[in-house]
Amino acid sequence: MSYYDFLFVIEVLVGGLLSGVMYSLVAIGFVLIYKTSGVLNFAQGSMVLFAALTFVSLVERGIPFVLSLLITFAAMVVLGFTIERTVLRPLVNRSPMTLFMATLGLSYIIEGAAQLVWGTQVHGLDLGIDDTPFEVGGILISSFDLLASGIAAAMVAGLSAFFYWTRIGLAFRAVADDQFAALAVGLRLPRIWGTVWTAAGFVALVAGLLWGARLGVQFSLSLIVLKALPVLVLGGFDSILGAIVGGLIIGASEKLAEVYLGPFVGGGIEGWFAYALALVVLLVRPSGLFGQKTVERV
Amino acid sequence: MAVQALDAATLPIDWQRLALPAVLIVVGYGLIPAYASSYLVEAILLPFLALSLAAVGLNLLTGYCGQLSLGSSAFMAVGAFAAYNFNLRIGGLPLPATMILAGISAAGIGVVFGLPSLRLRGFYLAVSTLAAQFFVQWALTKFGWFSNYNPSGVISAPHLTVAGFSLDGATGRYLLSVTTVIVLTGLVSRLVNSATGRNFIAVRDNETAARVIGVPVLRTKLLAFAISSFIIGVAGVLWAFTYLRTVEPAGFNLDRSFQILFIIIIGGLASIRGAFLGAAFIVVFPLVLSRLGAFLFGGLFDSGALDMSQRIVLGALIIIFLIAEPNGLSALFDRLKRRIGSRSS
Repeated sequence: MSYYDFLFVIEVLVGGLLSGVMYSLVAIGFVLIYKTSGVLNFAQGSMVLFAALTFVSLVERGIPFVLSLLITFAAMVVLGFTIERTVLRPLVNRSPMTLFMATLGLSYIIEGAAQLVWGTQVHGLDLGIDDTPFEVGGILISSFDLLASGIAAAMVAGLSAFFYWTRIGLAFRAVADDQFAALAVGLRLPRIWGTVWTAAGFVALVAGLLWGARLGVQFSLSLIVLKALPVLVLGGFDSILGAIVGGLIIGASEKLAEVYLGPFVGGGIEGWFAYALALVVLLVRPSGLFGQKTVERV
Repeated sequence: MAVQALDAATLPIDWQRLALPAVLIVVGYGLIPAYASSYLVEAILLPFLALSLAAVGLNLLTGYCGQLSLGSSAFMAVGAFAAYNFNLRIGGLPLPATMILAGISAAGIGVVFGLPSLRLRGFYLAVSTLAAQFFVQWALTKFGWFSNYNPSGVISAPHLTVAGFSLDGATGRYLLSVTTVIVLTGLVSRLVNSATGRNFIAVRDNETAARVIGVPVLRTKLLAFAISSFIIGVAGVLWAFTYLRTVEPAGFNLDRSFQILFIIIIGGLASIRGAFLGAAFIVVFPLVLSRLGAFLFGGLFDSGALDMSQRIVLGALIIIFLIAEPNGLSALFDRLKRRIGSRSS
């Protein structure tokens, strides 16, 4: 392998890692909800779409950037608490599968409503980030991806700080640990769930803005949920660290596979490669890399 | 869902139980072929029958055996494309044999993608069935051989003949569909009341407990995947050959898988009747909604808005059913019957 081939591998690898961060961004929203309420929230993708579409429509109507951001966030708060009230509370104590199917229904509602209100056309979203690749030691790196990684890192740091140093973060962890014990010591589950869904809504907003700037704000944005699922499976549903590491692994190996494996099978393998990779990992570790092992009792 | 009539098979012959199938056969073979308009057959009955059969198959896996699958339409696609190729490449293969071979192909693929279920549970398994969904669709589009090198991967139905009779007309295709559905549904209803069916339910209700009492869990799961995929595969053949007549791999996308899952949620999990009620609902509901939209809002209601409101109503219905009636239309139907029965007696 020549020096340039080696550089090329590194470039593909770095590009893959950076796009993996974008996957992690979506996956973190899932983890937040799964950890505290045991729900695999299929609607996370449609929340990304909803947030991005609301934000971009507000901006297009001439509302300043920051104000639009605040209004969208407020909408996500309302959405989070509405979901808790109308979907989660009536379904309390039901099987995880039931809750999952309910979020499937939820994703249909949110997608439909977002597009009914704001229309189905594609919106361009300009965050004012310069997307010219720059060169480091002979390899090209996208500055947009780099900034997105920075934002993701900041968000993870913020979330971790929130989890560890605030009272409500402590409550989150208590609920994640043992719902019944949390109830017994007087934590208010409904409020906590509402807050968690809001936090997931916030993550969706950040992901929606970054992905929207990348792909344009349109219906296909909600399909990134399908990109995030293998990441989750790989990392384990209940680990934020897992979501990040999973995203990096999937992003990097997907890009490498597309370049080095794709030509042999006719290309276009990015649709399923991540799933195949996740499956292989699962066969060795059935709860993902960082997932909690469950103990089964009869 | 947890409590099921396990003793039904041991009861003496119950004439009331035989009345419903008798009526269905009279209607299905007598009245509909004689009187139904071709619109009713082509636009409502044919998709209804194919989707019902797919839902019966998925219900076996998800409703009875508790393994959530999000890849049903991939198995429909395998069935459809396998039938097309068997028919194309083996001259003079009778149609029933083609359909059985197509079902077996789907069952084979089903077992392959069911293998992870030996290690995985719940969501991890559900996500792995998505792998089937994407992989099959990709393979069918990518390798021209499957569609006999049609540039857009489209396959068209061959001439349908059974024992010299041409079934290409609307009525013929309907009879083919209805017979296939009745035969397979009959077999499934026998299966769920057998020891194997009870094993399915045991694995669903508590896998660890089932293992402890000696249910061969791994074999049971793989069997559920195989039988379910067989049925869904045959449903795919019906969908491609009797209803659409021309299909492309993209027609068997994730939305179709969700549609079949929604059918069994709305109809009722672990209920064969539920699969039919749910399928009827899913087929008729968009038609009713578009008429209603046109009636209430006139021209204001364009097709985009209709599509979106359809999504919203469907999503809301899923949630409402899960909250208010987890056993679906099937349980609703039972309650209605009981109420009418108690009033008349």
